Amino acid sequence: MELNGSQIMIEELKAAGIEMAFGIPGGAIMPFYDELLKADFPHILTRHEQGAAHMADGYARVSGKVAIVVTTSGPGATNLITGLANAQMDSVPLIAVTGQVATNMIGTDAFQEADVYGCSIPVTKFNWLIKDVNEIQHVTREAIRMATTGRPGPVLLDFPKDIQITKAEYTPRESAGSPLPAPRQYPELDMEGIDKLIEAIERAERPVIIGGAGIIKSGASEELAKFAKAAGIPVINTLLGLGGFPGTDELFLGMPGMHGTAYANFALCECDLLINLGARFDDRVTGKVSSFCPNATIAHVDIDDAEIDKRVHTHIPILGNVRDVLITLNERLTPGDYDEWRQTWTDWKANYPLQYDWDGSIKPQYVIDQIQEITEGNGIYVTGVGQHQMWAAQFIRFNEPKTWVTSGGLGTMGFGLPAAIGAKFARPEKDVWLIDGDGSFAMTLVELATAATYNVPVKVAILNNAYLGMVRQWQELFFEKRYSHSHYPENPDFGTIAEGYGVKGINITDVNEVRNSLETAAEHDGPVVLNFLVNKEENVWPMVPAGAGNDEMQLAPPSREAKS
Amino acid sequence: MRQVYSILVNNHAGVLSHVAGLFTRRGYNIESIAAGPTEDATITRIVIVAIGEENELDQIAKQLRKLYDVREVEQISYNQAVTRELVLATIEAPINKRSEVIQLANAFGAQVINMTDDTVTLEASGNDHKVRTLLKAFEGYGISQMARTGMISLPYDGMPEDWEPIA
Repeated sequence: MELNGSQIMIEELKAAGIEMAFGIPGGAIMPFYDELLKADFPHILTRHEQGAAHMADGYARVSGKVAIVVTTSGPGATNLITGLANAQMDSVPLIAVTGQVATNMIGTDAFQEADVYGCSIPVTKFNWLIKDVNEIQHVTREAIRMATTGRPGPVLLDFPKDIQITKAEYTPRESAGSPLPAPRQYPELDMEGIDKLIEAIERAERPVIIGGAGIIKSGASEELAKFAKAAGIPVINTLLGLGGFPGTDELFLGMPGMHGTAYANFALCECDLLINLGARFDDRVTGKVSSFCPNATIAHVDIDDAEIDKRVHTHIPILGNVRDVLITLNERLTPGDYDEWRQTWTDWKANYPLQYDWDGSIKPQYVIDQIQEITEGNGIYVTGVGQHQMWAAQFIRFNEPKTWVTSGGLGTMGFGLPAAIGAKFARPEKDVWLIDGDGSFAMTLVELATAATYNVPVKVAILNNAYLGMVRQWQELFFEKRYSHSHYPENPDFGTIAEGYGVKGINITDVNEVRNSLETAAEHDGPVVLNFLVNKEENVWPMVPAGAGNDEMQLAPPSREAKS
Repeated sequence: MRQVYSILVNNHAGVLSHVAGLFTRRGYNIESIAAGPTEDATITRIVIVAIGEENELDQIAKQLRKLYDVREVEQISYNQAVTRELVLATIEAPINKRSEVIQLANAFGAQVINMTDDTVTLEASGNDHKVRTLLKAFEGYGISQMARTGMISLPYDGMPEDWEPIA
């Protein structure tokens, strides 16, 4: 049958099971939008293209499914760049379709023209400028394949306006003859590496597992739990790995690194075998590489060959899907005897718990603790970036994977609200809580309009200290309290702003109102913004200073240590 | 360390941007880059000489292999491949030095392709070592202009499988 370019792309997206679109129309994408009216998946009209990208990102992290993000050319597309970079850093699949000026206008500095193909090269896994209607079918399929297979990531299709309306013969569900190579296959399971790892586990006295995003993405949580419990090996989860192992399990040691738990960092420093399952040895995890796991044999399972030996030298590299490797490990594992080691880390957990002081003010950690209590770890938890994000990572105890949505690698402030909206679209039956900072929230709060328009009942808890809190903390500790431009003394009234958007807004100034307000929000049938005016100078502890080793971790403020 | 990469890519607009962009954004150092068609019209060969630590040189190959349009990446050692570079160089050669310069050019098998009262322009090709030696030999006369293609490379055909290169 004869279809135009827009129809062909939509047919291919439908055939691939795309169920959700986010975006904003504009001149160069109008023919595509015209056809989108007839597509049988919903489109959510956002207020900013960055918001659309983060919504698709949050949607994918929670559902494991891919959404498309649609924008016009020029500014519409360049507004996506942060969202693409964020998805690229955290290996989140999404498909961006951006309008482009007509092919005969490309390169003439036409109205709303930008080199979006060039701009998106470093922030996508795959991108394509479509110059021929006859390549749409193949390229759309390749885009979907690239986004979702191997190590997932964002892709971008730049779609000139004239190609959107050019007609061509379309044969659905038939392999389009293509000059491009067949997909690269991942290698067979590395049995040699697995044998070495099993030997190392049998030899080890103080083994530790570190589970990263690969656990979540490969769906390996159950296999991980089986493995850790059978072997009796404690589990650390990286920021993006949280939820990959039950937060309440006795074997769980929390998060490692810069704001990790004391016991996770102690375990890293003392272990003699580190089993890394799908984590990429980020600098916030390792600290100074030369003092990272100094006595350990390091095994690293990863689907991306380029992550192995990138920052940390690996003794037992295993290239492969984490879940596949764990299944094989579980078949062959003989339980170890690590009683002495178990006593050591159990004592650490008892002696160095996460804690915070009471002083009558609203402590941000207390608000998070209360959210944890009323949701019992069964909600979906979303954050912005900064202090509140670290506290949420520390104090929420996740029961299951894909319930934690946070911007890890890129650290994108403003990620929270749109990501929470995307998460709620993916799992409407779940309570979605956004724990945000005032700085992060203000960057994308315009999406409250989207939450109101579509009645997306996300619950927002702003831990408002009127500071860029993490910047303030570093200035206090490393810049002799010179608080250069980190203070927002004239912060707006976020409760009233929410009401202006048609969203229930409550300002909370008294610690005794915290629990009530959270319960009110939980019961309210619609989106809510809770603006908690929290203690302004609370810091995140423990902390490994930037560039220092995990063995140089500070447990608590220096002044407190001096007193004790 | 220096490393030669022979990279086969799909002949598709934007491939060079992807490859060059990878080197820029990951902070890898390129010494030379040369690209051109192969026996298959759909495939282009890019030869890159990069400088880095041993670990980084392996990283470069791994990162290149992740690019969509990259089909094959070979890290080439001098023993296993023929490498060539073409050089055009204008040498300062006043009348009293001219025959000396031409004699030297002949010694390297270089050809004279232009001559003025004060200069001789030469065309020469060879492997990395020869090109360096040649340029060093003419340095004393003064090289007023130079253009180099960057290295291109092909693996030796018919190398026995059990052949061990000399390290």
